[in-house]
Formats: sequence, C-alpha cells, structure tokens
Amino acid sequence: MSSVTPTAAAPGGRATSAPLLGRDHEPTIFEFSSEGRRSFSFRTTGLPEWTAEELVPAGYLRPEPVALTEVSERDLVAHVTRLTHRQYSVDLGAYPLGSCTMKYNPKLCDDAASLPGLAAVHPATPAALAQGWLELLWSLGDSLCEVTGMHACTLQPPAGAAGELTGLLLMRAWHESRGERRTKIIIPDSAHGTNPASVTLGGYQTVTVPSDERGLVDLEALRARLDSDVAGIMLTNPNTLGLFEEDIAAIAEAVHEVGGLLYYDGANLNAILGVTRPGDMGFDIVHMNLHKTFAVPHGGGGPGAGPVAVSERLAEFLPGPVPARGDDGTFAWRTPSRSIGRVHTWYGNALALARAYSYILANGGDGLRRVAEGAVLNANWLRHRLRGTYDLPYDRPNMHEFVASTTTLKKDRGMRALDVGKRLLEKGFHAPTVYFPLIVDEALMIEPTETESPETLGALADALIAIAGDEPGEGAAAPRTTPVGRVDEALAARVLLPTWDAVAAHDAS
Amino acid sequence: MGHFVPHTDRDIERMLADIGLSSLDELFEVVPEALRLAGGLDLPAGMPEPDVLAEMDRLAALNRFGSDLICFAGAGAYDHEVPSATKRLTFRSEFVTAYTPYQPEVAQGVLQALFEYQSLISRISGLPIANASLYDGASAAVEGVNLAVAAKKRPTVWLSGGLHPHWRATLATFAAGTGHRLVDVPLRNGVTDWSAMDPAAAGAPVEAPAALVVASPNYLGAYEDLKAARHVADAHDALLIAGFDPVSSGLLAPPGDLGADVVVGEGQPFGTPLSFGGPYLGLFACRSEQVRRLPGRLVGRTVDTEGRPAYVTTLRAREQDIRREKASSNVCTNQTLIAVACMIQLSWLGTAGLREMALRCARGTRYAREALTAIPGVELLTDAPTLREFALRTPVPATVVVERMADEGFLAGVPVGLDGGVVTDSGDALLVAVTERRTKAEIDNYVSCFEKVVR
Repeated sequence: MSSVTPTAAAPGGRATSAPLLGRDHEPTIFEFSSEGRRSFSFRTTGLPEWTAEELVPAGYLRPEPVALTEVSERDLVAHVTRLTHRQYSVDLGAYPLGSCTMKYNPKLCDDAASLPGLAAVHPATPAALAQGWLELLWSLGDSLCEVTGMHACTLQPPAGAAGELTGLLLMRAWHESRGERRTKIIIPDSAHGTNPASVTLGGYQTVTVPSDERGLVDLEALRARLDSDVAGIMLTNPNTLGLFEEDIAAIAEAVHEVGGLLYYDGANLNAILGVTRPGDMGFDIVHMNLHKTFAVPHGGGGPGAGPVAVSERLAEFLPGPVPARGDDGTFAWRTPSRSIGRVHTWYGNALALARAYSYILANGGDGLRRVAEGAVLNANWLRHRLRGTYDLPYDRPNMHEFVASTTTLKKDRGMRALDVGKRLLEKGFHAPTVYFPLIVDEALMIEPTETESPETLGALADALIAIAGDEPGEGAAAPRTTPVGRVDEALAARVLLPTWDAVAAHDAS
Repeated sequence: MGHFVPHTDRDIERMLADIGLSSLDELFEVVPEALRLAGGLDLPAGMPEPDVLAEMDRLAALNRFGSDLICFAGAGAYDHEVPSATKRLTFRSEFVTAYTPYQPEVAQGVLQALFEYQSLISRISGLPIANASLYDGASAAVEGVNLAVAAKKRPTVWLSGGLHPHWRATLATFAAGTGHRLVDVPLRNGVTDWSAMDPAAAGAPVEAPAALVVASPNYLGAYEDLKAARHVADAHDALLIAGFDPVSSGLLAPPGDLGADVVVGEGQPFGTPLSFGGPYLGLFACRSEQVRRLPGRLVGRTVDTEGRPAYVTTLRAREQDIRREKASSNVCTNQTLIAVACMIQLSWLGTAGLREMALRCARGTRYAREALTAIPGVELLTDAPTLREFALRTPVPATVVVERMADEGFLAGVPVGLDGGVVTDSGDALLVAVTERRTKAEIDNYVSCFEKVVR
C-alpha cells in the first residue's frame, strides 16, 4: 500500500514531546496545607459584622470550622497545573477511543460558552429577560431535529445515559396513553452496557437479540422475539462494530408491526451526519451525545449533554419546559400537554448546549456532512492499514469506527488487547477502547474521528503495526514513559482509600 | 475539507485510492439508497468563526444579567464569587478535553483532582464516602432514593414538602420507571412536620418507607431538625437522605454528623457560574456500608508498579457498563470538570474562607430580611432560622414584583408557593437570596425599590 505521507510532515496528533517533569508523584493538596495560609478574597460590602453566634441559633452552629486546606493561591495554582501535566487530552494528541468520538474541540466553542451574557444568567430569570437563551435553545433544538429527521426535542438530559432513560420513559408514557402496559425492550448483544441498565431503570426487562455473522442484528432472531409485549427496541446505527445496520428498514417495519417503538442510541451519530437520518430510517426516539458528535469537550468525564428528539406522535410527552417561538417571534417556556415531567433541575447543561450550537453554526449543513465523510474515510483507511497485522473479525466496509482483535497475536505470542493499549500510550497516542464490544474476543475498538490528519493516522498505524512485532512480555511491562506505570487496580478495590482521611487512617493503622 | 477536518483534496484522493474507492460517496454505499438523504441537511451554510461569535454575541446581548440585573434570586442557583484562579485553572485544556479516565497511567491529573474533590466533599458532608459527582442536585436526589430502595427493598419513600420543587418533579419522573412510591410530608411553620405521618394523624396505616428525604436548609431557606428526622427514620428502619446546601457547612453542623445516611446536594455554589442552570454539580456522599450501592464513579488511591502513589476508578463492578441490566444506576458520564472546579474553589476558600463565605451570606441575609420586613405589608412566610435565603409574602403577587424590580435593575427573587404544605415553583410569595457578593449599597437600593414596587 502506498503511503499517504510522501512529504515529511510530522504527525500533529502524536504526543511524544509531552513535558513529563521527573518521576516523582504529585503530593495532594492536603499536604501543601500550612496553618494560617489563605487564598480567598471577598467583596467589600459595608454590612454590619455580626458574629456567627449572633446569626445562627446555638443548636445549629458547628463548634469548629470544617477542616479543609490552608494553601496560598500560588501553591494551589502550581499543584493544579502540575496535575494537568499528568493528564492526556485531545488537545495533546490523538484519542482513538472507539464509541467515544474524541474529536478536536474547537476553541471557538469555548469562547462562545464563556460569554458573560450566557454564563452569568440566572436560570430563574423570567423568559422575557432571557430571550437570547431561549432563542439559542430553540434554534439548537430545531437544528438537532433537522439532523436527526425528528419533529421535536428536549435539551434537558445532561448525558447520554440520562437521554436513554428519558427515551424509555417516553416509550412507557406513549404505551400507557394507549392503555397498554408492555414489559420488554429488545437490545442487540453488541449494545453498550448503559442500554440494559437504562432499560431496568425504565421498568422494563431486557431481551437480547444476537448479531449474525455479518455483525448485524439477526433479523430472523429479532422477528422471533417480537410480540405485543415488546415496548420497543434500542439500536445504535452504525452499531458498536462500526457497521451500518443495512436491514434497518425491515427492522423498523417488524417492530412497528407489533406496536413497538424504535429508539436510536446516538453514540455513533457522527458517522451519518448529513448522509442519512434516524427519522428517515424509522426511528421514533433519538438521543444525541453532544459531547461526542457536536464537539462538546468531554471534561475528563463530563459534563456532556444528551438531548432527546422524537417523532410527531411523541412530541407532547417530552419533558418540560421546552422553549417555544410565538407568532410575534418572541420565545416562551411551554410544558407539553402530556409531559413525562422534568429530568433536570433546570434546562439541561446549558453552556454545553451553547458550545454545540456554535459548532453547528460554524459547520453548517454542508460542514456536518464533511464531518461524517472525514470520520468514515479515516476509519476505513486505518482498517485497511491494519489488515494482515491484527485480526479483523468483521472485515467489511465500516463507518466511523471498526473493531480489530489480538486473538491470533495472543495465541502466537501472548499479546493481549490491553497490552496493545498500554504500549500505544508509550508511543504518544491514547489507547483505543479495549474489550468492547463484548462479542469480540480481545477487542480493540478504534475510532480515529475526522479531525486527525492523514499524517497522524499514518503514525498511529505505524505504531500499532510496530507494537504487533513486540518481543513477548514487552506489553506487560508497559507503559514506562507515562507519569505512573501500571496501576494496581486490585489493591485499590481490596483496600478502599477514596479520601485523604481514609489514607491517613490507613497509614496510622 | 471543512472547518475542523484537516484533509486536503489531495489527501482525500490518496486515501480513497489506498482503500480502492474513487469517491467519498462510495464510503456510504452500505447505507441503502432509499435511506440516503438527497439534497443534504436543510441548515444554513457554515459560517466563518468571527461570524459565529458575532451571532453568539447577538444572542448573549438579549439576556439580562450582572450589574444590569443584580441577582437576589437563588432557588438552588446562587451568585457566588468565582475567582480568577478557579476560572483560569478550570479552563486548562488538559482537564477540558480529556476523556473519562479509563487509562489511569495517562489520567492521573483528573483522577487525583477527583480524589481530592471526594476528600473535600466527604469532610463538608460529614460522611466517609463521596462519589466523583452526579449531574445536578436533582439527579443526586434520584440516585439517593434508588440506593435506599435497593438497600431496604421497599418501594415507598417520604419526601419532605420543603424539597426543591424541581427535585421533587424529577424524582416523580423517574419513579414512573422504577415504580417507587413517593409520599409527600407537609411543612408546618416552614419545616417538615413528621408528625403528619403518624398513623393516627394520617388516618390510615402508614407504609414503611425505605427512606426519608429532607433538605436542610430547605427550599424556603429554613433549617430543618435533622436529628428529629433521624429519630423518625429509625422508627421505620429507613435511611435518612439529607439534601444540603454545601455553603451552609461553613457554619452549620454537617448532615452526616446529625445522622444522615446519604447526603445529596447542588455543588454549583463552589466555582460554577450561574450558567442558566447547567452544567452544575450533583454532590453525593454516603456511609461506608452503602459503598457497594454507590452510584457513579469512585476514585481510589493505590500504587503503581514502582510503588508510587497512584489513582484509579475503583469498585468498577458496581457500574452500569459491567452490571448491565442488574445495575441500580445507569450513570456513566458525570460532571467531572465541574467537580474539578469545585475542588479548586474549596481549596481557594480553605478552612477560613468557607466559614467566612457562609458568615457573609448570613450577614447580608439578616440585613436584607430585617429591612424588607420593615416595609408595610411585607411579611416572612416562615420565621424559622435561615442562612442566605428566605420567603416573603408581598402586597402584590411575586411575579409582579419580579417584573417591576427588573425595571429597577434587580432580579428580585423567584416566585414560590405552598400547596398543602408542599412548596411549588409558582405562587404569590417571593424567595429572596443574598450571597456574599451583595453589598450594603446594593441591598439598600434593592429595599427602597422594593418598597416602591409593592405599593
């Protein structure tokens, strides 16, 4: 295969020059504490200086202040900055975690969400005084409906899992409005673990449908599981193998035939932006992960945003309030007539929603299509490069991600998927998702995203190919160039030390 | 290729040739033709970055905030100081653009920050275990109830009438799926009247609850008697779930010390701007015996291969991606970045600063409360002791007060009502909050405008 990098351009997404200063651990903030040190500073108010005893009834007043830390601002800033030097991030290098869509987060969106006119607004501000926020949320919902081919949208769910549960409660409310109490939700065996957990919390039982040899939902097995007790099916399309469910139209027809609804898990929406839409495939309910598809940064594990869009017949069941536009062009809050109720204290993770809106504005309809093209091109190209080195259990045209495996490498040389991931850390890349989906042995689930250049992809492929040639045992010793070596996870579970106080008590015993 | 897609036309040609294709459209041949979107998305064309910022600026300018609308509103969202150190550090891109710490060797920054966050939340809540955050106060309350029902294997939960009405609404939404039975316990004189649940008073046999949920201070700002709630919980072998205002822990005994089994709260006051309601921070702490039911992520300290201190997410077997349909929580993504902000803010405040912050809130609140209740016709809804929030009856309805006060440059507060002893998010009373950011001059001006608009 010819190289796509004939020139000497360096891979921008390879983090081999990261500043790792020394081999010491970073003390905790508690260890920097020194009695009397202070950072805080409050406004001059001119108010009477009543004492705590004058303000709080004796029975409620705590005898001593709660012991926090006493550190100077300089030491605090130094400590936290050193913590950031011990952290991999998208801004540092490529992050090919399958199913996580760790694309570059445009700085533009940071600035948009930092505008005081957005960030400093109280959520109980009357709608008439927060027209900019209502218009933003309404416009975002409108754009998301267009992207997904749906009719109406709630922006409240603060994460994908919350969106899933919201969607299941919408299903429940829909069926109950028709006088039906259905009990089962069908999910494929390749589904994310969150799906069955959400099903349980939605008050349903999970029925698993197997994948066929293509890696797609086994249509005959699905038909065999469909009856009038099925409330619906939850699908990711493309699925977690990165494969498009080609039979989706037949699946939708079969599920609708028995009165069930189709739920679209938007984890992999990035692959189909502007190409095809869940609504056009026959889905009734869609959640989106704005922290994947729409470039909201993941924040080390949140905040995300998991809006849910629905077809017209489900619109009046959505959580409220939702922003609505009046005939005069002004915006007001409205609660849908048969709303399932709130799923968030306020309106969802509003600043994350503002980031996503600015991303959509920057890309436009044409740009979103190019996002999907880039994501699918990159993933297919990388799969081709790895063929012959890693097992490709489903070696067919994939969408935004694909699943490789070390089954043969493990048999021949003892190399496990985990070892490959840890070795990749040494080579300046984040590891792929490992051991998922569960239906693939020694799985490496790889999603390069559209924002990585061909040079970075080439370097990533070279690194993966080089790792496959490792001497036996090398993987088990990795990573050696990271801030810490392999972490003793068994000890962490056996001797639980979740706080500094627990550490102190343990050290004293 | 596009704004944030780096590929040149030449790159695309070469890559397509490498995989044996001749056009980008061929990448999508696996999508049945009937499902392909003809004509593309009906959205405006992409905009240059300065144009996007101009549009966002236009929207932001349509909102009122800050010195143009001085904030006396609370209701779970407070205008507290967010210092430069917290703002700058929280925006470090290593935190902002990291994923969930699944590879601990390259995620020690986020993991250690979360460990320090858990340590601080444990201390202010008075309980030994704090998780790495949930979405917001309401979601923390929902997860607390799920934990209690799983622990006690009984579906009934008693909710104090003083809970945030949006927490109550959220609890009700999710109870539709879990089948939990939520029973309201009314307020009397602004605090929860547990005696209403005596079988004699209730007029019927009372179903034993798995948990009692009570907030202190409650939505009206009043301190609840948590020790009394503990006695009621003990009488029914129920868990006590206490909602708390973390700022109040600067002056008040922590709920864990007063007998709470689970402490939940809204962490927004520590380092997060008002943000139109999100992202905020769900605080969650519990006793050690409940750790196997703890929702969300938990970071533990351990060692690496060289024996150096290291951090990792632990007790992973609790989590949804492993337990799947047996999980009692589906939380995966949480609010890590907001938890990091909270850790930085609590460190910036420190021992003396947290107390000082609470004290300053209490001073401003007392000053404003005394001045407002001196206005003829303005009365307290309850005279229970309070820290930084209180509810007023006014001669004109609260919505009118809010509307007229906006013309004077104030966000006067949040309308609140009582329906059968249960607080609601609409009504004729006004909930007023005073934080450490309000000066005497602002309060004096607020009070004189208030006097004018309620006439």
